[in-house]
Amino acid sequence: MSQSLLKAEHVKISFGNVHALRDVSLEILPGEIHCLAGENGCGKSTIIKIISGVYQRDGGTIEFDGKKLEKISPIDAINMGIQVIYQDFALFPNLTVAENLALNTELASRKKTVSWKNVRKIAEEAVAKINFDVDLDEKVEKLSVAQKQMVAISRALMSNARLIIMDEPTTALTKKEVNSLFKIILKLKEQGIAILFISHKLNEVFEISDRFTIFRNGEMVATGSTKDLDDKKFTYYMTGREFNDQIFVPENMSEKPVFELKNLTLEGAFEAINFSLRRGEILGITGLLDSGRTELALSMFGLKPADSGEILKEGTPIKITNPRDAIEHKIGYVPEDRLSEGLFLTQSIGDNIIISEIDKLKKKNGQFDLKKRDEEIKRWVAELEIKTKNPDNPATTLSGGNQQRIVLAKWLACNLDVLILNGPTVGVDIGSKHDIHMVLQKLAKQGLGVIIISDDLPEVIQNCNRVLVIKNGKIRSEYDTQKVSEQMIIDDMM
Amino acid sequence: MKKKVKKIFQSNEPYIFLIIIILGIVVQIRSGQFFTGNNIVDLLSAMIVPGLFAIAEFMALISGGIDVSFPALASLSAYATTKILLDKGYEGNVFLAFLIAVLIGALLGAINGYFIGYLNLNAMIVTLGTSSIFQGFMQGTLRANQLSVIPQGMKKFGTDSFITATNKVNGLSSVLPYTFLILIIVCALMFFVLRYTIFGRGIYAIGGNALSAHTAGFNVKRTKFIMYIIIGMIASIGGICRVCMMQQCHPTNMLGMEMNIIAGVVLGGVALTGGAGTLTGCMLGTFLIILVQNSMILLGIPTTWSDVFVGLVIVIGVSLTALQSSRTSRSKKKAVKEGA
Repeated sequence: MSQSLLKAEHVKISFGNVHALRDVSLEILPGEIHCLAGENGCGKSTIIKIISGVYQRDGGTIEFDGKKLEKISPIDAINMGIQVIYQDFALFPNLTVAENLALNTELASRKKTVSWKNVRKIAEEAVAKINFDVDLDEKVEKLSVAQKQMVAISRALMSNARLIIMDEPTTALTKKEVNSLFKIILKLKEQGIAILFISHKLNEVFEISDRFTIFRNGEMVATGSTKDLDDKKFTYYMTGREFNDQIFVPENMSEKPVFELKNLTLEGAFEAINFSLRRGEILGITGLLDSGRTELALSMFGLKPADSGEILKEGTPIKITNPRDAIEHKIGYVPEDRLSEGLFLTQSIGDNIIISEIDKLKKKNGQFDLKKRDEEIKRWVAELEIKTKNPDNPATTLSGGNQQRIVLAKWLACNLDVLILNGPTVGVDIGSKHDIHMVLQKLAKQGLGVIIISDDLPEVIQNCNRVLVIKNGKIRSEYDTQKVSEQMIIDDMM
Repeated sequence: MKKKVKKIFQSNEPYIFLIIIILGIVVQIRSGQFFTGNNIVDLLSAMIVPGLFAIAEFMALISGGIDVSFPALASLSAYATTKILLDKGYEGNVFLAFLIAVLIGALLGAINGYFIGYLNLNAMIVTLGTSSIFQGFMQGTLRANQLSVIPQGMKKFGTDSFITATNKVNGLSSVLPYTFLILIIVCALMFFVLRYTIFGRGIYAIGGNALSAHTAGFNVKRTKFIMYIIIGMIASIGGICRVCMMQQCHPTNMLGMEMNIIAGVVLGGVALTGGAGTLTGCMLGTFLIILVQNSMILLGIPTTWSDVFVGLVIVIGVSLTALQSSRTSRSKKKAVKEGA
């Protein structure tokens, strides 16, 4: 057996009474792409922080390159060649690309002054390593997410990295960008750099990794060669449950459309969008990140009112110029970034649920009816199986999947006719994703018109009966999801 | 080249500069007195103390913090210094005054720095608190009242002329004292520190993303601590300049300057959220405020209206900035679309 690059055995850590890692082991071979998977809260991020010296473990051993590691600081880890690319990239948005690339090297050299010539030289070397074409004088805040990630990768390569840890690097990327990221990862592998790739998307794990390790609830449940892994096993290891994904078949579709768009146009975003949605139907809308799909969602909900065209509800034209109009017409919207747009994170779970129907929860004299409030909250927590001990806890205490459910509950409490969801399961783990899909299918069967905007094609195909593909702001094609393959949709998207 | 020009016009500075020029022309047309030697000298000399304060505030804002205690800090250290020198009957030159003031300023700044840096408390709250403490200490413990005589050396430094300009029409002449040189020197030093030292880049880095700065290896706490010490030192220098130029030491007349200074710096394009802004913008914004305040008289507007006009300039200026940034982000989006 070949010498391993990193060998962590029986690592334990707890924070207060919470055992974040009970007993995990992780072995990474030199120059391999290793995938670490697990649901949110399984301890993936914790082990990274232990390896990179941010946390100190309570027990177990870690060997890097044959040497036992005792207490290490983040700087020690970097000096040994361990680099972490966090989800937020840890870049400085207000500084230029060049400075972001050079700052660590400059700091490490312990100089007191900055030579801008030197900064440029370091930066040019850094981008040359992965043939990354970028304006070095541009401020990082003006770059796209993919570009920022490239900057972070280039920076990581500056310090003779032996192991690069990427924490869910594909979350905010489009398909195209994921592909080019994978090319770079393979190139790094050729240079003998080991990659620890954190992900919970199974297609990515299969595509890129040589070996895998899966954690669940702070314990290692499986490790081995990716070749021996399949969908079923993967999902089972991740969640400890077995799922039977149901393909959505509409029942009780209404005769007449509940919601229609006619020639809806927003300059610079999308033009002449036509479609109709019936009750009981789930319509998928897909396209690349910049195709105009998000703007379309925002227009339907009145956040970015369209310039021209008509929106019809039950056959009559309606005006939607702000979200209040949309809510009045019983149209709800679950935003892409539920954390910033959909939730009051520091407020209680209960208040988040009732916020949209708060007008209805009053007594005759106009006073807020606390009893009714509690009943509503109880009802929705039960209906959507939100996992919380106490609905008075702030929404921050919930996992991504449960947060998404609150956003759903909030809307369903208003007796909607149409629900628009933008990327409903982005950043949500497999178990919750499955549950959310089931909830949506159930709702559609009860007579809700649902629109799912997503670039997660398996999600669209499994949960929608029809799908529209948008490219450059126009509807490129429409398919019955029973008769379409992922590849056909991808070809239309690109 | 074209790209560079475009980049310049996406920032605030050229617009503030333009507003300054336009305002100058308006005043010139109304009064004929704007582009005269003595008016320019008057403006520059009015700029000295606010300029120094603005530089200090600029640093705090760049790091993502804020300092509202500098007027109280400057008052306390300037008052204490003057009082000490008077009590000792000191007759020498002004250097000792600056030395003592800078030392006191460093000490007071260190108090701010300790709470903000090492204890990681909110800068606004800390400096609001220390501002009260500094004032209370000055008025209570030191029993401050107006000192109408100041030491000889300080008096001389405040009156000696660096540049004198005389208006040929009305025969009025104005003196630009040597304190102006201090502004220039502090400004130049600050430019160097912020651009060419790791410490200075650290301040920008912390303002951009304090957590990343920590993981990149900056000592965030120490950087903040030292920065607030420097802010205290610069503010104290401003305080002494003020005393020298006014020929007397008044314990409270600098208090309340913080709002206009912060407004000027923000007007110059320095983000309240930290990390963004240039020293040029900071100085231009401050100059614009000074200009508006000083031009009221030339325009024949009663000085009681001065606050209203300063307020207007701030609100309009900041709205223009916001408009400007939303426009650039929109045009950029469009460009991306067309490119794709």
